[in-house]
Amino acid sequence: MYRYDKYDQAMVDTRVEEFRDQTRRRLDGKLTEDQFKPLRLKNGLYLQLHAYMLRVAIPYGTLNSAQLRTLADIARRYDRGYGHFTTRQNIQYNWIKLEEAPDLLADLAKVEMHAIQTSGESIRNISSDQYAGAAADELIDPRPWCEMLRQMTTFMPEFSYLPRKFKIAVIASAEDRAALRWHDFALRIIRNAEGEIGFQVFAGGGMGRTPFIAYRIREFLPTQHIFSYLQAVLRVWNRHARRDNIHKQRMKILVHDLGQEEFTRQVEEAFAHFVSLGEDFPQAEYDRIAAYFAPPPFEQGLGENIDLSDPAFAAWVKQQVVAHKAPGYAIANISLKPVGGIPGDISAEQMEVVADLAKRYSFDELRATHAQNLVLPHVRKRDLYAVWQALVAAGLADANLDLISDIIACPGLDYCSLANARSIPVAQKIAERFADPARQADIGELKIKVSGCINACGHHHAGNIGILGVDRKGSESYQLLLGGSGDEDTTQAKIAGPGFDEAGIVDAIERAVEHYRAIRNQDERFIDTYRRVGMDGFKEAIYG
Amino acid sequence: MAEPGNQAFPTALRFREDATADEPAVSLDGFLEQEEAVSVRIEAGEDVTTLFPHLARVRLVEVDFPRFRDGRGFSTARMLREAGYTGEIKAVGDVLVDLIFFMQRCGFDSFAPDKPFDPDDAMAALTRWPEVYQHAADSRVPIWAKRHGARA
Repeated sequence: MYRYDKYDQAMVDTRVEEFRDQTRRRLDGKLTEDQFKPLRLKNGLYLQLHAYMLRVAIPYGTLNSAQLRTLADIARRYDRGYGHFTTRQNIQYNWIKLEEAPDLLADLAKVEMHAIQTSGESIRNISSDQYAGAAADELIDPRPWCEMLRQMTTFMPEFSYLPRKFKIAVIASAEDRAALRWHDFALRIIRNAEGEIGFQVFAGGGMGRTPFIAYRIREFLPTQHIFSYLQAVLRVWNRHARRDNIHKQRMKILVHDLGQEEFTRQVEEAFAHFVSLGEDFPQAEYDRIAAYFAPPPFEQGLGENIDLSDPAFAAWVKQQVVAHKAPGYAIANISLKPVGGIPGDISAEQMEVVADLAKRYSFDELRATHAQNLVLPHVRKRDLYAVWQALVAAGLADANLDLISDIIACPGLDYCSLANARSIPVAQKIAERFADPARQADIGELKIKVSGCINACGHHHAGNIGILGVDRKGSESYQLLLGGSGDEDTTQAKIAGPGFDEAGIVDAIERAVEHYRAIRNQDERFIDTYRRVGMDGFKEAIYG
Repeated sequence: MAEPGNQAFPTALRFREDATADEPAVSLDGFLEQEEAVSVRIEAGEDVTTLFPHLARVRLVEVDFPRFRDGRGFSTARMLREAGYTGEIKAVGDVLVDLIFFMQRCGFDSFAPDKPFDPDDAMAALTRWPEVYQHAADSRVPIWAKRHGARA
C-alpha cells in the first residue's frame, strides 16, 4: 500500500499544527463557535449531541495493522474504548474533547493518517472497492488512481469553499461494491476498443433529501487528463451552483437544474481549457504511486482445498469468504454486525485482534467497507481456519455478509445532532427478529439500510429495504422503502406507504420478507423478486 | 499585541509593489459602460468572463465574498489570472484569515476584509504551508513536480 514520503508527511504535520493553532484560538476565545465551525469541519470534527465527534479518513478503505493499532489506542485514550466504521469507509469517534483533538491528530500523523476534508464543504475521502488488488474480476487495481486523486484534491485552492460536500468513488470491476453511482463524481476504470485504459465517468449522484443516481457524463476519459477533467467539473459547479439554500447546493441539483446535456457541454468546454493549461499530473507520478500497490509476494503452488469438516467454520466460509485472483488465496470478510450489536462498532481489543490477523495472515493489509464491515484481503486458504478461530474468540465471526442482519445504519439520534429518529435500536431489533442463521440463509441476500433522517447517511435510498426515520409530531416514525440498490444495477428505493413506529417497522419488514418467500422463484434474490413483481403485491402484504 | 483600532493594525494586506488604483471600484455593469474606468468590483455570482475583452484597461478587480461560505470568488480570481490579467485582485467582504493562503494561490494579491485580521494570524496563515499538491495561479512548484526533478 501507499507510504508517505517527506512531502506527504509535511502536509499532514502542517495540518496538525494549523489545527492546533485554530483550536488554541477557539479555546482562548479569539474565535467564536461560528467562526471555528467551518475550520473544524474541514478537519472532520463535528459537535454532536453529547460531545465532539471526530471522523478519521481511511483513504479508499485501505489500512495496515500499525494504523489499526493506532486507531485502537485512540479509542482507549481519547474515546470510550471503541470506534465506529462509517458508510464511506472511514472511522469515527463519538466522545472527543476539543482540547485533546490536536494531540489525537498528531498521533494519527505518526502512522500516516489524518482527518483532512472528512467533513464540511469539501472534497471528501475517496471511496473504492474494498476488494481492490484482490478481486478476481478487476481490470487493474484502482487504488493508485485513488491515491493520485487524494493528492490532487487535498487543499485545492480554487475549491476551498465548495457549495457543498463532494464525494468521489473509483472502481475497476464490472461488479460494483462501492455504490459508485451514488457519488457526486465516479470513475470506473475500463479498457477501450483500442486497448487503452481510461475512465468511464459518472456525475451528479448523491443521496440526501433529493436523491439522484449519477449519469454517464463521459464514455471514455484518457487517464492523463483526469486532473483537468475533475477541475472542469468542480469549476462549473463552484461557479454556477445555488448559494442561497444549503439543501439545494449539491452538484446533483445543478445537474438537474441545467439538464445533463447542458452540464456536460459546460464541463467539456472547461475541460478543453484546463487541458490547455498543461497542469495534469505526469505519467511518472502515476508510476511512482502505482509501484506502492504492486501485488504482495503471493506464494506459488498453494492448494485450493479448505477443510470444511467443522460445520460452524463451513457456514462462515460460505458466507464470508470470496474468490481471490491469486491461486490458493481468499478474501475474508469480517462482520461488524453481531446480532444485537451496533452496526460498524468495534472495540479497541477487537481492533487489535484484527490488526494481528492482518499482520500475520494478510500481508499486513486490511480494508474497511461502505457496508461497515472489515476485510482481510489476502488470506491463504489453508490459514482460513486459524483466522476464523481467532475471530470466534474475539466475537467477530458472524456469518451474515449481505444477509438480512448485515444492516447499514447511521449513528442516528443516539449520537447525531441532525437526526430525527434513532437508527441503531431499529437495526438491532430487525437483526434480533431474524437472528436464526437458518432463517437468514433461507432468505438469502437482502440489504437493509437505515437512516435516522433525510440526510441519508444510512443509505436508505439504496436499500433493497430502506428505512427512513422521521420526526412525526414529536415522536419517532419510520418510513419503509423498497427496491433500492447500490450495486452495478443501481436503483433508487421507493416509499411503500405510511410510516410505522419502532415495533411496527420490524413487523412490516417481516411481512415483506414473508411475501417475498411466498412468491419468489428458485434462487431469486429479494431485489429480483421485487423488480419482477413491483411494489403493489408487497404493499398489499405489508399494509393488508 | 495588535488590536483593532491600534495604529499597528493594518486594515488591508497588500502584496504588490505598484501604486494602488486610486479610484473606487465600480460595478461590473458600470465598468462596461464607462470606458475610462480602471477599477471594477465583481459580486459573487457575476460572470467574470464578460470582463475578459477589457482586461487591458483594468488595474484593480475587487472580488466580493458576501459570506465566507460562498467560494465563488476563488474561481473568479483564478480565471482572471488564467486569462492573463496581471493587475491587482483584492478580496473584500467576509474574508476568513484561515483561507487567505488559498486565496493567494488563486491570484489574490490584496485583502480588505470587513473585520480586520490579526496580523500575526494573517502572516501565520500565509507562511504555514511548506508544500502544495497542485499548480495554481502562483509560482509554487507542486509536490509531484519536485518528486520528478523540478526545483523550487
